[in-house]
Amino acid sequence: MKLFPSIWKHMRRSPYQASVAVLTMFITFLLGGVFLITSVSSVLILEFFEGKPQITVFFTDKAVKADADSLDKTLRATGKVASTAYVSKEDALAIYREQNKNDPLLLEMVTADILPASLEVSATNPLYLKELEPLVRQAQGVEEVVYQKDVVETLLTWTNAIRVVGVIVAGLLIVNSLLIIMTVIGMKIALKREEIEILALVGASRWYIRMPFIIEGGLYGVMGAFVAWIMITGLIIWMQPVILGFLGMIPVISLILGSLTGTPFFLAAGGFLAGMLLMAFLLGAIGSTIAIGRYLKN
Amino acid sequence: MIRFDKVSKLYSGHPALSDVSVGIDKGEFVFLIGPSGAGKTTLLRLLIHDIVPTSGVIHVDNWQLDTLPKKQIHLLRRKIGTVFQDFKLLSDRTVFENVALGLEIIGKTEREITTRVHDVLELVGLADKKNLFPVQLAAGEMQRTGIARAIVGGPSVLLADEPTGNLDPDTALEVLDILSEINKIGTTIIMATHNVTIVNDFKKRTIVLNEGKIVSDEEKGRYHTMGKGKAKAKK
Repeated sequence: MKLFPSIWKHMRRSPYQASVAVLTMFITFLLGGVFLITSVSSVLILEFFEGKPQITVFFTDKAVKADADSLDKTLRATGKVASTAYVSKEDALAIYREQNKNDPLLLEMVTADILPASLEVSATNPLYLKELEPLVRQAQGVEEVVYQKDVVETLLTWTNAIRVVGVIVAGLLIVNSLLIIMTVIGMKIALKREEIEILALVGASRWYIRMPFIIEGGLYGVMGAFVAWIMITGLIIWMQPVILGFLGMIPVISLILGSLTGTPFFLAAGGFLAGMLLMAFLLGAIGSTIAIGRYLKN
Repeated sequence: MIRFDKVSKLYSGHPALSDVSVGIDKGEFVFLIGPSGAGKTTLLRLLIHDIVPTSGVIHVDNWQLDTLPKKQIHLLRRKIGTVFQDFKLLSDRTVFENVALGLEIIGKTEREITTRVHDVLELVGLADKKNLFPVQLAAGEMQRTGIARAIVGGPSVLLADEPTGNLDPDTALEVLDILSEINKIGTTIIMATHNVTIVNDFKKRTIVLNEGKIVSDEEKGRYHTMGKGKAKAKK
């Protein structure tokens, strides 16, 4: 039997069933893909903020470097500080210029004087932040303390919520897809019962009889997932400026979406496609295998 | 080559075969005769492991069928070609494709398939009809296609379950001629039939079944109707 022409013939002979199977797989992988990307992005965002200094201490304009050194010494003496970094007014200006290099209007009026010096502090364990906070607030020359923990906790809550919703929705869609594939393949097996009987009588092996159905199920998955990938990738390309404006500070996202003709984007899109196609083929093949197990026990 | 040792088959408690013991040697041509329900088809189905005996042992070559694993049933069926009364052809495939099926399942190359199918179609006289679909064939041609498919893989045994049942007398004789030719090249043939003329004209070994039991087993037997569907073989 020429396997693929034979499978193609099966599909053409029942186009509505084939369309339903492909459409179901498409919806599963469209939503599954969107949730996967959202989930991965939220993890990247979380890691980005977790990797940032956990406390940023801004000093008043009158404060001097000695105030920062004194606070640094006090914090280090606790033994609970992993690292500190002093950012002078000049350093702050350099950072500001780098962040806004594409917008000259924002650079014109800003000088080092109006930017505050700061001390960025990371604790050895985020649990120590509560103990360090009073020391920071009581220190000489401190104007404001930005506490990163709140941001991280909020992000963590959102990330977990996205993950839970994503896993539940993807799980339901996977079950739905399996049921649809099982039904479609089951109907095809029923339609081809006579042919299957003849094949068995003339000595076809169990795999020879089963393989076309398994591959057919897998191909429904592959077709659905491929269309879903085109839509998701198209959406990302279309929204690239918006995503970069919102999440451009995250290195991985900036690297991938920085250039839509660059290698990182092609590798990421290609990897995403390969992963989706593999998952989709497996999902379709598993659905078919279950259907075969039910309808072709002997 | 084929041996039945005290084989019985019950369907829902009713015996289809009772304590049947018989042996068939390589290259033999055997008619199985008997009234409907005598157990002819049951015996043939047991040989291809389509059903399993309730008791007793069946040997085909080196296989003992009651211990044959499910995964090896297809290997047994490749050694035993089967011809059916209702032809069992795939209606969406041409004569060539139906016959080629027997070689495709064992993974032969396209070239091998083309050559072998051509040879077999020549043997059964259908070379000029290889591109026709079953619906375009006469009953005798369909049966010849069925025979071609059964022998294309070179089986050592050919089972024919009332292959002439749907054919007119002349066509039935043509089919028997083909089976005789196949037998001459060494293939064992077991043919279940109700056709009196064929059994009497061909004078081959004839096993008579009645109510699931072998009532007669004669070399060069004859079909003798006994009324009410009963039959026996006579020398």
